[in-house]
Amino acid sequence: MATMTIAKALNEALRKSLETDPKVVLMGEDIGKLGGVFRITDGLHKDFGEQRVIDTPLAESGIVGTAIGLALRGYRPVVEIQFDGFVFPAYDQIVTQLAKMHARALGKIKLPVVIRIPYGGGIGAVEHHSESPEAYFAHTAGLKVVSPSTPQDAYWMLQQAIDSDDPVIFLEPKRRYWDKGEVDTDGIPAPLHKARTAREGTDLTLAAYGPMVKVCLEAAAAAAEEGRSLEVVDLRSLSPLDFDAVQASVEKTRRLVVVHEAPVQLGMGAEIAARITERCFYHLEAPVLRVGGFHAPYPPARVEEEYLPGLDRVLDAVDRSLAF
Amino acid sequence: MSVKSTAAKPRTPRTGTRGGAKRREGEPELVQLLTPEGERVQHSEYSIDLSPEELRGLYRDMVLTRRFDAEATSLQRQGELGLWASLLGQEAAQIGSGRATRPDDYVFPTYREHGVAWCRGVDPVNLLGMFRGVNHGGWDPNENNFHLYTIVIGSQTLHATGYAMGISKDGADSAVIAYFGDGASSQGDVAEAFTFAAVYNAPVVFFCQNNQWAISEPTEKQSRVPIYQRAAGFGFPGVRVDGNDVLAVLAVTRAALEHARSGQGPMLVEAFTYRMGAHTTSDDPTRYRLDEEREQWEHKDPILRLRSYLEKDGIADEAFFAGVEEESEALGKRVREAVRAMPDPDPMSIFENIYADGHALVDEERAQFAAYQASFADSPEGH
Ligand SMILES: Cc1ncc(C[n+]2csc(CCOP(=O)(O)OP(=O)(O)O)c2C)c(N)n1
Repeated sequence: MATMTIAKALNEALRKSLETDPKVVLMGEDIGKLGGVFRITDGLHKDFGEQRVIDTPLAESGIVGTAIGLALRGYRPVVEIQFDGFVFPAYDQIVTQLAKMHARALGKIKLPVVIRIPYGGGIGAVEHHSESPEAYFAHTAGLKVVSPSTPQDAYWMLQQAIDSDDPVIFLEPKRRYWDKGEVDTDGIPAPLHKARTAREGTDLTLAAYGPMVKVCLEAAAAAAEEGRSLEVVDLRSLSPLDFDAVQASVEKTRRLVVVHEAPVQLGMGAEIAARITERCFYHLEAPVLRVGGFHAPYPPARVEEEYLPGLDRVLDAVDRSLAF
Repeated sequence: MSVKSTAAKPRTPRTGTRGGAKRREGEPELVQLLTPEGERVQHSEYSIDLSPEELRGLYRDMVLTRRFDAEATSLQRQGELGLWASLLGQEAAQIGSGRATRPDDYVFPTYREHGVAWCRGVDPVNLLGMFRGVNHGGWDPNENNFHLYTIVIGSQTLHATGYAMGISKDGADSAVIAYFGDGASSQGDVAEAFTFAAVYNAPVVFFCQNNQWAISEPTEKQSRVPIYQRAAGFGFPGVRVDGNDVLAVLAVTRAALEHARSGQGPMLVEAFTYRMGAHTTSDDPTRYRLDEEREQWEHKDPILRLRSYLEKDGIADEAFFAGVEEESEALGKRVREAVRAMPDPDPMSIFENIYADGHALVDEERAQFAAYQASFADSPEGH
């Protein structure tokens, strides 16, 4: 077991993939000498050279579009989008091309492209650097969407995403990049699309992913002091989503609060609430509640803490659920 | 170590022969009216005749802009700004082009056009709100015909082109200038802007500040031909100007804007310059750039260049330079105080100005959030 940050775990995962599969190539803006603006590719250009770690022109549509071509030629491109807000120039390529080609080719071609996106807020950034675009991608059939919340998951999930023959949108919770944790680099990793019980509890289930898992664990710890037992489910994968795991937890606790940074309206929480209501109608003691961003543009940094779901907003929802 | 991946020797900046550095084979000289040593030279196509007062004004503009920029950099270091994108080294490109615009022209900047904003009469303090994190813009674009800063690379070139198409439709004779970087020239949006501008003969000047770098990537990673030459493929003229020569930039941009205003369509100006500092305050150029490169460019400093011309030709005296110095101190102080006094936004402002017409969901969420906030005020232990 080694202790490392999420950033380091991702770096190690990329290194491992480059070592084990000569078809893996990394592509993105500033990922070479600079090692990416978050240094996730630090040292890889030096060790694997510019044929494997490709500094691309400043053109996201170009990056994803050519990654598709490389994949058609048998490569496994791992694309870095510099920040969440800059994935949209590539959105057309991702949604209209990458997601659909396997189906259109009657399954005869595979598109093993990973698109890594540092996402979410909480780092005091300027506009377009704090977005949570997951719903756009999860809404699109043909794409897989995952988001780790621990160094352990970062390490394994990225390698699993690269191994996958399907396109994967790999969402990296950027404000957790520097969080440390244990990483078992030898063991057998959990399946990529399985949710994980991050904390056991009996009174209510908090379902979250990426940056919000930590907030939910803190909320559960705070609630425990008041004698409430909250279960925290780390979804890990958003498409496909492990509804069975959420259902099992809700059948036990009978209450569910879904937490994410992205706006509540038509977000992941809406989907989870609807499906869990269908599956668990007779088990639920309260409507499924959602905590998330407002129907407003991500605000300037000095008010982002008000916008982002924090401990208090999660606990407020817990109170409301328990009051039913 | 080499910055350019294919070459073994260190990358030298390309500039005109007068700058003393090498040119790529087949590359025409860039337009220059003032050598790095501050000698006035003539150019067959572009000339300029400025009054002593105008010349002094350009100097003042550049010094004050640099001072403002330096102040913002230190304010970032002191934690007053979350981020700053410095224009250090690009003063001539910005002041020269900014002073070429008419009040009725419209400017579409990126996020680094602090000197152009200065020329347009935007209070520099307003530029800082976004970098402090108290707003996403902070000024009324129509007040000075200076659009909001754009972070998503290249987007504004299309807005500029559309605006210019509107000017044509209105039969007006003003022009638009769109700023972007050498990195931005790779974006699809920029190529599409070129296409639209050419097809609709839109009165827009595309002003590329080629500062040699897009964060860590040299221009070679964006283009195999000099950027100004790209215009030809779209069917409009392109010209490269010494971006550290404020006179040449002014002359060339004036001509380009006149070209646009007189119904001849778009034009691309590539201001060949250099980003002397980091990309932004979060960047670490030592990872990818050689010190010698910066040192080479320091010899071409746009402010020193104009100053030596003003001194040599007796256009300005010590009293003038001292006066500008004093003024720049005052500007620094004003900016520092104004930034420190900038309040954090009211959390309820999150719900403001999302729609012009109002929206039921926003109203609902606003009310819920207000009640939630109020619940803390009531709680005995407070929060
Ligand atoms: C669409 C998009 N992709 C990536 C970024 C991140 N980014 C910000 S500035 C920059 C480099 C820009 O270089 P250039 O266009 O040459 O302008 P400069 O900053 O050098 O003036 C990058 C990659 C962005 N803002 N927008």
